[in-house]
Amino acid sequence: MNQPVVAVIDYDIGNSKSMLNALVALGLSPILTRDPGGIAAADALILPGVGAFCQGMGNLEKYSLLDAIHRFIAQDKPFLGVCLGMQLLLEESEEFGVTVGMGVIKGKVKKLAVDPTAGEKLPHIGWNAVCEPDAARWTDSIFATIPDSSDVYFVHSFAAIPVDESDILSITRYGSSIFCSSLHKGNIWGCQFHPEKSGPIGLAILRKFVTLTGYEEGI
Amino acid sequence: MLKKRIVARIDVKNEFVIKGIQLEGLRKVGDPYLMACRYYYEGIDEIVFMDSVASLYGRNNLFNIIDAACRDVFVPITVGGGIRSLGDIELALKSGADKVAINTQAIKTPDFITVAAKTFGSQCIVASIEAKRSGNAWEAYMDCGRERSGMDAVVWAKQLETLGAGEILVTSVDMEGTRKGFDTNLVKQISDLVSVPVVASGGAGSSAHVTALFNAGGAEAVAIASLFHYNTCSVVALKRQLAELGMMVRL
Repeated sequence: MNQPVVAVIDYDIGNSKSMLNALVALGLSPILTRDPGGIAAADALILPGVGAFCQGMGNLEKYSLLDAIHRFIAQDKPFLGVCLGMQLLLEESEEFGVTVGMGVIKGKVKKLAVDPTAGEKLPHIGWNAVCEPDAARWTDSIFATIPDSSDVYFVHSFAAIPVDESDILSITRYGSSIFCSSLHKGNIWGCQFHPEKSGPIGLAILRKFVTLTGYEEGI
Repeated sequence: MLKKRIVARIDVKNEFVIKGIQLEGLRKVGDPYLMACRYYYEGIDEIVFMDSVASLYGRNNLFNIIDAACRDVFVPITVGGGIRSLGDIELALKSGADKVAINTQAIKTPDFITVAAKTFGSQCIVASIEAKRSGNAWEAYMDCGRERSGMDAVVWAKQLETLGAGEILVTSVDMEGTRKGFDTNLVKQISDLVSVPVVASGGAGSSAHVTALFNAGGAEAVAIASLFHYNTCSVVALKRQLAELGMMVRL
């Protein structure tokens, strides 16, 4: 059976095994790679990552991956950044001083605004709801098959603040603040949460993302 | 809104899930992989595997179990017991774990928490505290509640946060396995002092106990063993009862 080739970028930043396991559970045979040829040949590309922004950018540079990612995105094939992998899509982050990002989404990454006196803690760890920012925003998106306000798993202290509101795919409320929990612009998708750790809902999101390659069967 | 997390705690000895009372009198209760899968299908929010003898005998055989579980369980997984070096942490993460829980080694060399947090990120370093009541306070224990540390558990919790821990798992040795309710006082005192999430473990016997814990304030999550292991209550049944009692849980 013909299947899409899903590549997960290997840049030594956090745990890519969970993502590979989730894709295998969908019936796929994903590849973990930092080879520009492997990335270019993939039908869909995932940039995972847990950790500090500056280290993430540093490792993408160290392994000469930035050019390969930009070229993949320019090919208009589905691209998904997860957690730090989503934040790296923005122009810059304020984590440990200002670090420049990939800049494929306009905006910045800032620390979540929390109120410690109200018992709001950082990191924001746990299950929280992704909400559709306006009607029909999720139609044909990677969230097309999940209900509004589905709970997904987060672990982060920083969040993206896109300049263009139309890039915001979902919002999430934590205590007194509301932040952008996922992004969408053309073929670029980003999830601040971990779909690979978000149970059946997370797997449904990944499945929908992979079908954007045009392959529908066997996933 | 952020939900209260219901965590299944699976204590493992060799290839079996074991359970005792106050961390003693351990009995075999099942297969860790199968139990993890069952809890996942019932809607568990997170799973903690604890190698209960690793610290004592200087070995760790949990990684094969983790590797298998991570292929079928798509919620966060924490591994604890016998985590002594950066190499141990790397092995745990490479097996598919998302976090590691550290107790004994943190007491022996507190700097280990800092180095681990800097290397892997605070989000994957869970400081585990085994607290035993001692007069009006609690003392931190190590090696699964066997060895005293001489430290005040609440003060130690604050130190662990300062050292770089991203979460605190606090087990009441007194209540552990008794199913008589949590030591809500202990949890509250620690939580009031630290600004990282606190997971309460030890004593869950009913949804009322869990509700009492959350209502007392302080715990972001609860770790449950006996209640689930002996099928007294399924994950989904507990969550439904908690929702009916007004708790914010993921259904």
